[in-house]
Amino acid sequence: MTSLIEVENIGKTYGSVIALSDVSTVVNAGEVTCVLGDNGAGKSTLIKILAGVHQHDQGSFRVEGEEIRFSSPREALDHGIATVYQDLAVVPLMSVWRNFFLGSEPTTKFGFLDRKKGREITKKALSDMGIDLRDVEQPVGTLSGGERQCVAIARAVHFGAKVLILDEPTAALGVKQAGVVLKYVAQARDRGLGVVLITHNPHHAYPVGNRFLLLKRGRALGSYEKSEIGLEELTRQMAGGAELEALAHELRGVEA
Amino acid sequence: MTVTAQAPPAADERLGKPRLLDQLVVRPEIGALLGALLVFLFFSVVTEQFLSLGGAATWLDDASMLGIMAVAVALLMIGGEFDLSAGVMTASTALVTAILSTQLGLGVWLSLLVSLAFALAVGALNGWLVMRTGLPSFIVTLGSFLALQGLNLGVTRLMTGSVQVSGMRDTVGYESAGFLFASTFQVGGQSFYVSIIWWVLFTVIASTVLVRTKFGNWIFAIGGAAQSSRAVGVPVVRSKILLFMTTAFAAWLVGSINILRYASVQANQGIGLEFQYIIAAVIGGCLLTGGFGSAVGAAIGALIFGMARQGIVYAGWNSDWFQLFLGVMLLAAVLVNNMLRRRAERVKR
Repeated sequence: MTSLIEVENIGKTYGSVIALSDVSTVVNAGEVTCVLGDNGAGKSTLIKILAGVHQHDQGSFRVEGEEIRFSSPREALDHGIATVYQDLAVVPLMSVWRNFFLGSEPTTKFGFLDRKKGREITKKALSDMGIDLRDVEQPVGTLSGGERQCVAIARAVHFGAKVLILDEPTAALGVKQAGVVLKYVAQARDRGLGVVLITHNPHHAYPVGNRFLLLKRGRALGSYEKSEIGLEELTRQMAGGAELEALAHELRGVEA
Repeated sequence: MTVTAQAPPAADERLGKPRLLDQLVVRPEIGALLGALLVFLFFSVVTEQFLSLGGAATWLDDASMLGIMAVAVALLMIGGEFDLSAGVMTASTALVTAILSTQLGLGVWLSLLVSLAFALAVGALNGWLVMRTGLPSFIVTLGSFLALQGLNLGVTRLMTGSVQVSGMRDTVGYESAGFLFASTFQVGGQSFYVSIIWWVLFTVIASTVLVRTKFGNWIFAIGGAAQSSRAVGVPVVRSKILLFMTTAFAAWLVGSINILRYASVQANQGIGLEFQYIIAAVIGGCLLTGGFGSAVGAAIGALIFGMARQGIVYAGWNSDWFQLFLGVMLLAAVLVNNMLRRRAERVKR
């Protein structure tokens, strides 16, 4: 089986700044690939290449075995790669169903919006994902942060995305809300989507992930299958391993 | 074969019957409608001519010229942009039509077409500059406002030696074009200007596009969150440029009505009107930050404008009071709009 996405030794420079270099990973259907790293590790650059916002200038990027270079987010979408951004998932002042269909609106044969169909499909698609909203006419801004991410995820799933890229979906959420979002990530995975989960929280990544790519300063720090690494080791590597131990030692020194 | 019992997707049981007030408060035009009703009742009681057919013809005409522009400006504002050149554009289009038909002897119809092409080109340029530079449209269109103002005066003086163009009555096609843009129709023995029909027509079309079409959905989206819209595949640049062109089209319509009704045009006309359009749109429920508003609301905002401006005349008051009224209306509208937005954007975590 060919992977949905395969990147090999991919790299990107902005002028003289090397944002990403020599990173490789795969995304398979029905699996979650987690990209972990601290701020400035190159996570955003990597997903922007996958989502068609930027183009890579080193290495190879294959979608279903075919070498590719997207010129726009629309082109990535057409190849079944949907991205849900942390703050940019939805338009707050618009109703849930209008958000759900934004960019792919259902129309009647006269070219007008089919509002009834829009509302019904939205309600159904959300409840299929286990999201139970009271009223799809309410502005998305009245939903909680977790619910908004869920609407965006359900939208991507409904419109036939093969790969779902989630940019820090749990970053601004409380513990319970984050749990809810992770449930939908698992839900999307079980429906056969390939998921790319970007996060800096190993506790969120480990339960749902199949594969972990650790980035640091634009380079791959390590790439592991779930069987190869435990949560503790993942956390230690994320935090900078030895560096953190040194820091902890130093801090204890201050206390004493 | 198993038959799964599917409960009919009836109304959600957690939805209580929404209170009437709550239902109304989400409509952006509701505040304007109440205001219009108040102004209407007030001047109907205070003055005698206001409620007469003749009075109505006057304030409806006033409102229509403002309303056509206010509706277009409302669409643009919902799309998240301003157009300060809109007022001067109404004079520019009239001038192009007048100069071409009186000085160069082109027929009125051909002049109108060229003028339309000119308007759409300026609108497209405004939009392209805003999208290309990423600068606020406020600044970009302030530039085109000043540039057009200079062009209006400069070119008019160059072509005619004065700052006005007149003599439209003797041009070819004046009668037929005038019928379309500047004729009157009779209702109950009172003649009303055809501009009122243009206003209603434009409002209906704009409102339908806004609420019932894909493009309307995009207008709300690009004004509410341009980046998010782009991420789900909405053509942000193209849509915004189209909105600037819509405003320019409306300015051409108003300019054409003006030149064919009065048969002459001053080169310094239209200055300052751009703010009236924005004020009418805001009174009609448009947010200054974009993403929320209504075309019908802007039309009602223009109606309030027209009623108050003419009502004050009928009441025999000094027109200075109109500015005071306008200021108070605007502040009240902005406060109401802000409250509505907070309700809509309230975040629960």
